[in-house]
Parts: sequence; structure tokens; C-alpha cells
Amino acid sequence: MSLRTVRSWFWISSDERGRPVPWQIACLNWAVAFFLLALLCFFSFSQLRYNWNWDTVGGYSNFFWRGWWNTLKISILALVLSTFIGLVAALASKSGLLALRAMSRLYVELVRGTPLLVQITFAFYVIADAFHFQDRFTVGLLTLSLFSGAFISEIIRGGIESVGISQLESARAIGLTRFQTYRYVIFPQAIRLILPALAGMFANLIKDSSLLSVISIEEFTWNAQQVSALTYSNFECYLPLAAGYLILTLPITLWTQWLEKRTRYET
Amino acid sequence: MKLRATNLCKSFGQQIVLKNVNIDLDNVHTLALIGPSGGGKSTLLRIIAGLEKPDSGTLYLNDREIIFRETELMAHRRSVGTVFQAFNLFPHLTALQNITLPLEKVHQYKAAEARQVAEIILERFGLSEHGHKPPAQLSGGQRQRVAIARAISIKPKLLLFDEPTSALDPEMTAEVLEVIEELREEGRDLVLVTHQMGFAHRVADQIGLLSSGQIVECGPPEQVLDHPQSETTRQFLAKILKY
Repeated sequence: MSLRTVRSWFWISSDERGRPVPWQIACLNWAVAFFLLALLCFFSFSQLRYNWNWDTVGGYSNFFWRGWWNTLKISILALVLSTFIGLVAALASKSGLLALRAMSRLYVELVRGTPLLVQITFAFYVIADAFHFQDRFTVGLLTLSLFSGAFISEIIRGGIESVGISQLESARAIGLTRFQTYRYVIFPQAIRLILPALAGMFANLIKDSSLLSVISIEEFTWNAQQVSALTYSNFECYLPLAAGYLILTLPITLWTQWLEKRTRYET
Repeated sequence: MKLRATNLCKSFGQQIVLKNVNIDLDNVHTLALIGPSGGGKSTLLRIIAGLEKPDSGTLYLNDREIIFRETELMAHRRSVGTVFQAFNLFPHLTALQNITLPLEKVHQYKAAEARQVAEIILERFGLSEHGHKPPAQLSGGQRQRVAIARAISIKPKLLLFDEPTSALDPEMTAEVLEVIEELREEGRDLVLVTHQMGFAHRVADQIGLLSSGQIVECGPPEQVLDHPQSETTRQFLAKILKY
């Protein structure tokens, strides 16, 4: 076995980087990456003086399931709602009505520039309280959706603006209405460009939902914290917590990768 | 076609692009607009196409005034076919879909009808085998021919070309000009902005030379190109015929 062959298992020269990697070689290199990660984890945990207490925590598994399920529900609802809010805000920022543009800007800058933690507390203890509205779940869901919606609106706006002026001109020349131009010309071209950013945003949204625990919404993190307090254990609660979020965010990444492939076209 | 423009003016900010353009043409099939860059010929074409509003002046096409309000302009744009220099087509659609989109969404054809119309036109332009391809897989000349196919598929009362071959190499220019000449022979009404003087000479009934926002000379090609009356035309022709 020559050195060159071994090197070809681990290295692609710059003129071949556009080509797909054979699956055997891909597997091998994924294994290397996992091995290095495992090494780091193994070393770190071996240095830790900690009495693992999995059995006690295991007795509270229904807490985890219930919390995970609630987080899943909140995430799905917030995902749909924030996409809708983001779309409306993005279109408002392109509106002919200047006040609407200003409102959209104000919303985006205010929400993007302040911590979610403050927003959740403020929304629940000040705004909702003023209207005598006590439903934590709804307040939490709305706040989270508004928060993500601001980021999504900027992503969508960027996508809309990336569609060339000549495309809009062509759409105008063939007589499409403004709505039709968005529907048949702008969005199909923009979606391809915004998908990676959108996927990242959706994953963030799922993780950000953990902050809803501060107003005692019984989602995943809140439940893990309860178990942690009841059993005086830390890592046994936080490790399953991390894994549970990963199970939610990974499908999003895979789904958008699939969508990206489907919407790809040459330019 | 009958085309009458009276005192058309247009400026973009400080820059005056058209100043008091007057045209009065009766029974003309092909009008070619020529002249130096920045002379205003594209702007005039875009006003005729309903893509730009003049600051003042009136425009009559076949005895009907073009009203420069968005609703009326939309209807006007839907009744004419416009082909630009480049990037006419939508990159996310196939050649065929590029033609069927306006037929279905603007002109209320049923999907099957639109497809049929598109296929017939593609066939006519020798593009049948390319119908399923996105623009990126077509040559520049093929792209412009698809764009022309899209423009004529709606049975426009007027076809407008804004430097349709400026972005093409000579061979592709020829294939696009051939198509335009064919359309003229069918008796369609065309207005085109072009730098191809030989072509303008061959196809145009009337040539208008625009310079500094004004029509310097307008008349049949034999007059404007062969026996120019004005000094500006002579200078312009001398300059472009030098190379």
C-alpha cells in the first residue's frame, strides 16, 4: 500500500474538491471525527470526580418525556408562527406605506437587540399582567415567535433583495401583478438562498425555547431542572437534556438539506 | 402601426433623457431607434413598452392614447411583448415554463392549452428539444429566442426589442436577427433599439435617430443612413462605420 493511496483516503487535492466523496472514504473520515470527539469526552469525564447517579434520575424519566413533548409542541407552533410573522414583517419592510416600513424596522431592531430572557419576563409580568392574561403557554409561545420572527424577517428580506432587478423587470414586462411576482418569480428564487440561514434559525428557536422555563412553562429544560433539584444531580439531567434537543434539531438540518437539493437550479 | 408622440419629456433626477420628443408615423411596420449611447433611445422604447412613465407629453399607439397610470399601464404591458438585452428568462423555470407562466397566470390559459401553444412556438423556432432545459443550459442565442417566443406567444399587438443582441457574440446575433426578420416578414409591428446598422437598414421602414434626448432625424433607411440630412447623424454614422 503506497503512501499516495493512504493519503487519498484522507485528503482531496484542491482540483478535485467539487466532486462527491466516495461513501467508504466519507464513513472512514466521519469515524475519525467521532473518535476524536469521543477521546475529548472520555478524557474530560475521566478527570471528573463525580458520583454518577443514573438510577435515581432514571426513576423520573416521565418528567423528561413530558417536558420533551411540550418542547416539541412549542417548537412546532413557534416555527410556523415565527415564519408567518417573519414573512409579514419582511413584506412590511418593502411596503409602499412608509409607516408600515418604520414599524417593521422598529420591531426588528428592538427584538433583535434585546435579550430573549428580558423579553419573556417583560411580556409575562408586565404586558400580559396588564391585560389580566394568565396563560403562560400562550404568552411564552407568542414571545418566542416574535423573537424568532424578527430574525427570520431579516433572512427573508435578504432573500427577496437578492433577486436581481432584471428579474423584476421581466416580471413587470410580461404583466405579472405584484403578488404574482412574489409568488412565481421572487420566492422560488429566494427560498434556495435563504434555506441554510433559515435552518440555523429554526434550530436556534428550538434551543431558545428553553428560556421559557423562567416563567415556569413546563417544557423540557424546566422539567430537567425539577429532576435535578429533586435528586441533587446535575450531569445526569443535563446530558439527556442535550441529547433531547439534538434529536429535535437534527431533523430540521436534514430536512432543509433535502429542500436545498430539491430547489437547486443552475444560474 | 400608427405611432404618435407629442412633446415627450423624461428626466432621471438632474439628467434630462428625453426632451420634447415628437414622432408622427403612420402605417409603419418596423421602427428602428438608433443613436449614441445615452441618447434616449432605450428610454423612449421603455415608455412605449409601458415600463417607464414620461414626465410630460402624450403618446398614441394606433390612435389610442396610452394612459400612464399603473392600472392602465399593466393592461398595456400585457398587450405588448418586450425583449431585453439579456436576463429576460426566469432561471428557476425551464424554457417551456418561461413561456407558459404568462399564458397561464396573466392570460388565463388552461395549463394544457398553454403547454400546447408553447410547444408549437418552440417547435417553430427550432427549440423543441430544449423546452425542458433551464436557461443556464441554453446558449445566449437560444435564450434570446426563447424570450422572443415568450413575447410572441401572447399574440402581442406590438413587439419591442431593447438591444436584443448586445450581449451576444456575432454568430448568436445572426440567429436572433434572423428570427426578428422573420417576424417582420409575417407583418408584425416591431420597434427595436439596435446598434446593428446593416440590420436596421434591411428590416426597418423607418429609422429614428436619437441624440441628446431628441429625435435628430426620422425617415426611411435610405434617407437616414444613406443620405443623412443632419450633421449629428453624419457624425454618428462616421463614428460607428469607422471600425
